[in-house]
Amino acid sequence: MLELKDISFARDNKQILNHINLKIDNSKLIAITGPNGSGKSTLAKIIMGILVPDSGSIFFEGTEITKMSITDRAKLGIGFAFQQPVKFKGLTVKDLIELASGNQIKLSEACDFLSDVGLCAKDYLDREISSSLSGGELKRIEIAMLAAKKSKLTVFDEPEAGIDLWSFNNLIGIFEKMHKEIKDSSIVIISHQEKILNIADEIVLLSDGEIEAVGQKDEVLPLLLNRAKKPCKVMLDKGGNA
Amino acid sequence: MAENIENKLDKIEKNLLKAIADIEKTPMGAFNIRENGKGIARNTTANIDIVTKQDKPGIDIIVKPNTQNESVHIPVLLTESGFNDVVYNDFYIGENANVVIVAGCGIHNSSCETSEHDGIHTFHLAKGAKVKYVEKHYGEGNGTGDRILNPQTIVFLEDGATLEMETVQIKGVTSTIRETKGELGDNSNLVITERIMTHENQTAKTIFDVNLNGENSSVHVASRSIARDNSVQEFISNVNGNNKCFGHVECDAIIMDKAKVTSTPKIVANHVDASLVHEAAIGKIAGEQIIKLMSLGLTEKEAEEQIISGFLK
Repeated sequence: MLELKDISFARDNKQILNHINLKIDNSKLIAITGPNGSGKSTLAKIIMGILVPDSGSIFFEGTEITKMSITDRAKLGIGFAFQQPVKFKGLTVKDLIELASGNQIKLSEACDFLSDVGLCAKDYLDREISSSLSGGELKRIEIAMLAAKKSKLTVFDEPEAGIDLWSFNNLIGIFEKMHKEIKDSSIVIISHQEKILNIADEIVLLSDGEIEAVGQKDEVLPLLLNRAKKPCKVMLDKGGNA
Repeated sequence: MAENIENKLDKIEKNLLKAIADIEKTPMGAFNIRENGKGIARNTTANIDIVTKQDKPGIDIIVKPNTQNESVHIPVLLTESGFNDVVYNDFYIGENANVVIVAGCGIHNSSCETSEHDGIHTFHLAKGAKVKYVEKHYGEGNGTGDRILNPQTIVFLEDGATLEMETVQIKGVTSTIRETKGELGDNSNLVITERIMTHENQTAKTIFDVNLNGENSSVHVASRSIARDNSVQEFISNVNGNNKCFGHVECDAIIMDKAKVTSTPKIVANHVDASLVHEAAIGKIAGEQIIKLMSLGLTEKEAEEQIISGFLK
């Protein structure tokens, strides 16, 4: 479905992504994980077209999309849930869910998308997507929007950020539902949450802008845990015990 | 029996009426339609009287105490180029009455001469009265002549009275100075929602001047505007808290192209229990808003239009 070939991206003299090669097949739920600053969000934005790579190419269902606009990628079937949802003065939850689904939707449909993320449609449909909503509410609405968009490939950038743990357990069900209901669709979730890693078909471990490992949970999780135990390089250089 | 206006108006007049007052046929309730300085249709009801002023142009609208859920439409049309229409409309709303008033002015100018309408509306709300006041301003026509609208709204609220004002100017007005003044008594409440969009070389100036004189009086002003092309906007608000009161002024502007926007907030507390807040923001459309909507499949232009129409909703 999606193929990234030799993608590199640098900013301010820092190499953020370094020769990334990654293939995502149909009907897969992929988790991309790795330490902060490893390039995960940059990679997600490059898939959506929000950032353009310095080199390399991207193919979606056999078509090269490297130079394609965000709009065209969205129309082709790529969706993206922002890590920090965007606020709009004046646009309501209903407006955004309708724009996402591409047409006017029935109240009952909107209701389903919102209740899946634990929000009552009656209370939220006419609310503005503005600071009047909490971070957690905005995040859930963002996820509902992507469920309404029904993309072939949906990328979620840290969906757990800002959502309490109790609600998050319920959200896991949404990813599984989307994965099941949209035929041949794949989902990419950038996450640190073990629960997400547990449901993933494959985990991609990104480190310092490079893919350190791709594999099943049993293969990648130990690598992750080992990384966490590694002593701080700076402290070691100073001769400390870390 | 209400006068039938449908046969009296031509297509241009009907379009203007639709744009400013959502009127497509003879409205229900009381109404007075003024065109080029003259009243052309009027209807009164058992509870709402409309009387022509004798000393100056304009009308008195008198609503009896306890009138419930009635409406008054008083649109003004200007189709004659070069016409300068000044009108004084005074509203006397009786105790505990609850009415909707729809005003507004539409100018059609297809010549090079200036057309101008200055409407001075004064509201006297008696104890416990409630008014929803909707005012729309609109200009059209292919002429190079200016279309000028200078509305003034003066509001006096007695104990427990509430006036909710929605004022909209979206299109076609070359120049406007919009002044709103309020004198608020005990427990009264004034809510003003303003939406303005200017294009080309248009100018718009809004001035709010509110005195919160009564105990527990409150005002909420929410102004949203969009300045495009070379247009210039100015927003001035002056809220004086003279008693235990609450005032909130919120002014948001989106600036585009080569437009200019000035916002001058002023809040003055003359009483220790006056609580006054002013929020003002001017900025272009946030890039991330455009990106978000593009990621839902809208083009950049469609995203911009969607953001603008939502902002002015």
